Amino acid sequence: MSAKGWKDIPIGGMIDKAGSAEGYKTGAWRAFKPVIDKKKCINCLQCWMYCPDSSIIVKDQKMEGFDYDHCKGCGICASVCPVKCIKMEQEQA
Amino acid sequence: MKKTITPLTGDQAVAEAMRQIEPDVVAAYPITPQTEIVMTFSQFVADGRVKTEMIPVESEHSAMSACVGSAAAGARTMTATSANGLALMWEIVYIAASMRLPIVMPVVNRALSGPINIHCDHSDTMGARDSGWIQIYAENGREAYEHAILAVRIAEHNGIILPVMVCQDGFITSHSVEGVELFGDADVKRFIGEYKPGMTTLLDVDNPVTYGPIDLQDFYFEHKRQQTEAMKNAIDIIPGIMDEFNKTFSRDLKIVEEYMMDDAEAAIVVLSSTAGTAKFTVDSLRAKGIKAGLVRPCLFRPFPKKYIIKALSKVKIAAVLDRADSFSGCGGPLFSEIRSVMYESKQKPALVNYIFGLGGRDIFPANIEAVYKDMFGMLKTGKVSNQINYIGVRE
Repeated sequence: MSAKGWKDIPIGGMIDKAGSAEGYKTGAWRAFKPVIDKKKCINCLQCWMYCPDSSIIVKDQKMEGFDYDHCKGCGICASVCPVKCIKMEQEQA
Repeated sequence: MKKTITPLTGDQAVAEAMRQIEPDVVAAYPITPQTEIVMTFSQFVADGRVKTEMIPVESEHSAMSACVGSAAAGARTMTATSANGLALMWEIVYIAASMRLPIVMPVVNRALSGPINIHCDHSDTMGARDSGWIQIYAENGREAYEHAILAVRIAEHNGIILPVMVCQDGFITSHSVEGVELFGDADVKRFIGEYKPGMTTLLDVDNPVTYGPIDLQDFYFEHKRQQTEAMKNAIDIIPGIMDEFNKTFSRDLKIVEEYMMDDAEAAIVVLSSTAGTAKFTVDSLRAKGIKAGLVRPCLFRPFPKKYIIKALSKVKIAAVLDRADSFSGCGGPLFSEIRSVMYESKQKPALVNYIFGLGGRDIFPANIEAVYKDMFGMLKTGKVSNQINYIGVRE
């Protein structure tokens, strides 16, 4: 999709839709990817509390996985995990 | 229509305009020679004569920041400043224009430091000429009052939506008392109308929007292009608003004033209060049969190209008087603009530049007469002796 021209966008840099940041896939910035070993996970949800990008997916109070569209690979989840079940793996180029 | 003539300084006249406009928010900081505007307006607020939310801030940077927030929230917003105050708010001055916030700001022209000086020249607003604000320059207090009212309509027009600086000369205009014909409060309120923001505002909770997000390689250029378009629209839209103003209040505001230009051979181009002195000089030269004329641009941003070409293509020579230097080595800012637009004119008069009045140095009719004498001398010899000249500086 080609981006809109100056006549077709709101003036002043205003964004006229709420929650539009979700459409911006910051996951592409990632150099290291968090990977979880579900067998070790105790579902304490420390990773969910600390994740700065709300990229830990939780369902029924259980750690479900990562939102790789938005996870920037900062590694905080791996760092705070008390049972060390999250590993940071190099992204393939 | 009710009108009363009141003895007022230029500053007080603008404060009266602000009282009649009654903005939702005024965030301002006092600075000489603008102080009297903020002081007088604060008194109106304290006395309950306006319902405006007055925000006394700790600096001009904060003043313009508060204005940006208030205007983005959808409030009709004003502030006022001078010289170093304008310099301190610089960062946010550009942001106000690029976020397309129709803030109206009276600026009382004063020399920028350094060396430190509190008197009139145009170095402050001329420095801000590329900030994206519309700029209007008044000859006297009466006109500053009228421009302030006019500016609200210009800034808020849906085809424009840009902030406006309403400039008057520090001390010469701001602190001189003259008879200002004030319009009726209700007439001013009717003319400016109720403010209906042209953009979705921050306080519109049903339509949440984001103001001021980061804007990188992919969209910044498009937003700048929109600003240029708004300025281009402004040059077409302002005459209509001015006509309506002139009809409503029986006035004669102009985009570019031409004085005794019908058969003039030599013209001076000058902004603001010095035009008054120049008109006096033109009259005395005309009494001697000398064909002198005067051109006074009231609008500087957007630059009134076609009006300048129309006015100056009639004369053989014109002297542009600049109350600021641009330090380009090629003349002052007004001269640069005029020389640039005259390049497109079929009839090109010889153009010379005179820098004058820096730091408030007085300019007298004898100085202006000498400029006309120089021009007629150059016409006789057919040679421009000096392109860039200085009036009243000691050699």
